[in-house]
Amino acid sequence: MKNTLAGLKKGQKAIIVDFNIDLIPLKLLEMGCLPGNLVEVLQIAPFGDPIYINVNDSHVAIRLETAFEIDVEILTP
Amino acid sequence: MAVQTIKISLIGNPNTGKTSVFNQLTGLNQQVGNYPGITVERKQGTVRLGENTKGTVIDLPGTYSLNASSMDESVVIELLLNRNDKDFPDVAVVVTDVENLKRNLLLFTQIKDLEIPAILVINMADRMQRKGISLNIPYLEEQLKTKIALVSSRKGTGINELKELIVNYKYLPTEPCLNASSIDPDYFDKLRQAFPNQLLYKLWLVITQDVNFGQLERNEIEKSSFTKSKTELKRLQQKETIKRYQFINNVLKQGQTVDTAMAKDLRARLDRVLTHKVFGYVIFFSILLLIFQSIFAWSSVPMDLIDEGFSWLSSYTSKNMPPGKLTELVTEGIIPGIGGVVIFIPQIAFLFLFISILEESGYMSRVVFLMDRIMKRFGLSGKSVVPLISGTACAIPAIMATRNIENWRERLITILVTPFTTCSARLPVYAILIALVIPNRMVLGFFNVQGLTLMLLYMLGFASAIISAMILNKVLKTRYKSFFVAEMPNYKLPLAKNVAITVIEKTKAFVYGAGKIILAISIVIWFLGSHGPGEEFKNAEQIITNEIGNTQIDPDKLNDKIAAYQLEHSYIGIMGKSIEPAIKPLGYDWKIGIAIVSSFAAREVFVGTLATIYNIGSGSEDEATIKERMKAETDPETGKKIFNFASGLSLLLFYAFAMQCMSTLAVTKKETNSWKWPLMQLFGMSAFAYLVSLITYQLLK
Repeated sequence: MKNTLAGLKKGQKAIIVDFNIDLIPLKLLEMGCLPGNLVEVLQIAPFGDPIYINVNDSHVAIRLETAFEIDVEILTP
Repeated sequence: MAVQTIKISLIGNPNTGKTSVFNQLTGLNQQVGNYPGITVERKQGTVRLGENTKGTVIDLPGTYSLNASSMDESVVIELLLNRNDKDFPDVAVVVTDVENLKRNLLLFTQIKDLEIPAILVINMADRMQRKGISLNIPYLEEQLKTKIALVSSRKGTGINELKELIVNYKYLPTEPCLNASSIDPDYFDKLRQAFPNQLLYKLWLVITQDVNFGQLERNEIEKSSFTKSKTELKRLQQKETIKRYQFINNVLKQGQTVDTAMAKDLRARLDRVLTHKVFGYVIFFSILLLIFQSIFAWSSVPMDLIDEGFSWLSSYTSKNMPPGKLTELVTEGIIPGIGGVVIFIPQIAFLFLFISILEESGYMSRVVFLMDRIMKRFGLSGKSVVPLISGTACAIPAIMATRNIENWRERLITILVTPFTTCSARLPVYAILIALVIPNRMVLGFFNVQGLTLMLLYMLGFASAIISAMILNKVLKTRYKSFFVAEMPNYKLPLAKNVAITVIEKTKAFVYGAGKIILAISIVIWFLGSHGPGEEFKNAEQIITNEIGNTQIDPDKLNDKIAAYQLEHSYIGIMGKSIEPAIKPLGYDWKIGIAIVSSFAAREVFVGTLATIYNIGSGSEDEATIKERMKAETDPETGKKIFNFASGLSLLLFYAFAMQCMSTLAVTKKETNSWKWPLMQLFGMSAFAYLVSLITYQLLK
């Protein structure tokens, strides 16, 4: 099964593998959310959404619906 | 020798301290305006650069890249692509944050591709040591083909070096840092052949943007065979972004060293507390409570002073100017009109003082993060929190604060529901009505019923905003994709200068936005109240004197009686009477009708109008007197009190819901660029107010 960014727990790190380009805002790409980059989930808001990530040294909050479109390879258990 | 003027554009990502650099460069020599036709703020200032040189600096809206996704951002691109624009910069000053250099350089490399002379400002240099960052400046300058100014806008260092670089802008290299066209050589070759006179990167930007600029060129390109599907274009943009990051990463690998052990910082620890699922909310609501408490405590003193000052000015001018129409216009139209605007400045300034401190410190972004899920359920965004809080001061700056909501649908809903929040103009109305119809006693030992009612009205404001958002969310069918990207900036100590400038700007937005309209309508209402058709108005003095006959009467009282009679037969009195059938079921008489009509200038006019109608006499808007008079008012037919619990509550609710603010309608029109939405606010809110008041009165009477 493929892992997406939405499935990560708080504190978990992963490498971005691929994403659905039509559903990812360009702004997020420009902040460094690109295949090959390291992403870490720093905080998860109450009710599980949005999530607060560090990707490419950008600290940014995105909604789960966006995170679902980002495939990752989990690094830390 | 003539003075040489250099045109400078300040460009940078949000949260890089760009505005602080702007403030350092220009001091208070700045003007804020709007770009023609759109509401994006345009900040310009001047800076002295030397004996015979000065600079005009434009602070362009913060943008992450040259790919526009909002109105603010398209302004930047429009300017940079149009060499004929009168503001086209001689030199671009690109501001970056030393802690986010990698991401900030993306925009820089794009600007270099446009072959505009560019200076790289690395801001917040004072943090380098603490964060364990060191930079190889000569190497970076060589690789990025630019000159670098290490600046700390917080400490004010490096500004002189930056000025020197600006003066010598002609020596800056203009070649690009990397070859972006290698992402699809075939495509770009064809493009180059088709438009040999155009800058390649400029063509590419024009092709990929959704915004309309350089329309002629765009049409030209679209006719040709260079159109690609949206997905293809976005893929290429992704490739381009990756390529740029590759370049930046390579440069930074040698040019920057970061001691990661030292980079561990406050952020993580503060985030853990401030976004905690329990403490996060507790802290947020405590801060809110504190803010509201202090706004009321602090602003009552200046507000009383302003109130007294304007009544004094009004009576002073009426005594010292020759009697006549002009004097009446000044003392009864213009001065109270201006007073009605100025009185709200303390509350608005205090609220924005707090909001800008919270925003500057980086805390507001955490609130956005905490609240997004809850707000999303109602069709709003986490970013709607700031407008909704601002709405308790005034809906105008609040609606303007919705601009950073990326999603148009969420932004629109926020704009539409913000006027429900209890703004400061509702307070005087609430205060007098509550004092009149709500008993002043304690419940449960320590809750004052009157205070409790006021609090409930505040909560009612928020609740109705949220509920109507939910309804709009169901009703509105727009096909905008929802997306939400909120940067979580590092925590910073707010800079006093930046906070002060924000407060001044927001207050100005109110004074000029609302002020003009409130003043204009005050004058119109004065006119309608002091002129009337027919004999009754003209001969009011005669009629009243005859009525009284020979009974002895205090001349002041006589004048008040005449004034009240005149008002009854003035245009506005006629308007009040003609709507009486419609408002009778709500428990109001024609006098309240007049007050409601004049409230369309601004709600607080209600109190002043009633004072005149109940012939308390102009000038003495003493609350106690008005209250006494309102209390004594009875219905001539039934003999019952006009202001009883039922009608009072119905009136409170009417003011809570009705859209009675022309200035808000005007700003909604401006921000949504359509009459549809302000009209919807006007009729939707007012119809709802009518319905609620009707039910309330009919049930309680």
